Amino acid sequence: MVEIEAGTGISLEALQAGDRAEFARLVDAFSTQIYRLALKMLADEQDAEDVLQNTFMKALQSIENFEGRSSLSTWLYRIAVNEALMLLRRHKPTVSVAMDYEDDEDEFQHPTQFTDWCCLPEEDLLSAESKKHLDKAIRQLPEKLRVVFLLRDIEGLSIRETSEALDLTETAVKTRLLRARLNLREQLSSYYGEWLREEQA
Amino acid sequence: MEEKNCKSLLGALSDYVDGTAQEELCRELERHLANCDNCRIVVDTLKKTVYLYQSNTDTDLPVAVRERLYKRLNLDEYLKTN
Repeated sequence: MVEIEAGTGISLEALQAGDRAEFARLVDAFSTQIYRLALKMLADEQDAEDVLQNTFMKALQSIENFEGRSSLSTWLYRIAVNEALMLLRRHKPTVSVAMDYEDDEDEFQHPTQFTDWCCLPEEDLLSAESKKHLDKAIRQLPEKLRVVFLLRDIEGLSIRETSEALDLTETAVKTRLLRARLNLREQLSSYYGEWLREEQA
Repeated sequence: MEEKNCKSLLGALSDYVDGTAQEELCRELERHLANCDNCRIVVDTLKKTVYLYQSNTDTDLPVAVRERLYKRLNLDEYLKTN
């Protein structure tokens, strides 16, 4: 059976037969997403480029063994996430226990910010300065939450695809996603709340 | 509003924001939101947070990065095809 990655027209059969032109098409179909994920994960252009290259090197080496249990894009994201996490660990090999994230706390962080900043104009919410802040807020997330948020909300993977890419249950993905979103909401509320107070002053 | 109710609804917020919450849960949430300003703000700003991130995905792959990627993969001969 010829397997084709939905929406890209890429043939898995050709990839596994070693068709280099087809591999180039795979690279062009997914390199922007992989680079973006790595950049938001690592916040460093050189690191992101390393992750991008290593991801496709690994993909090239192991495409033969790809069994199609997930889609090709999910498989690539999975490789990229592992590469990015390895780089993070290399940069800071001693992550303190307190900084790390444990799944078994069942309580969600209770919201503490109740400023309604939704009314701010979109040009302010998405100004160049605000965008920098959006990225900075992602970097404040514990990495286990960050990676779930990036795959689901930035890259647009489904809950199921995210769980496949990260080897997590769908329940764990949902829990981490909500924690990440609530955490970011708190951060954005302090940031945009400040603007509102200045505006009203 | 009673804090207990706010807390018990917190776990359902992602599904609600994504539009995948069960109908009954949606109705319960909406009844609560009508009377609880803080929760309404949390839901609105949570939706907006997700929306802003989903709108902020305009990273391009720099041309030089793409070229070096092709070189590393020994795919130089296909570089011009895009």
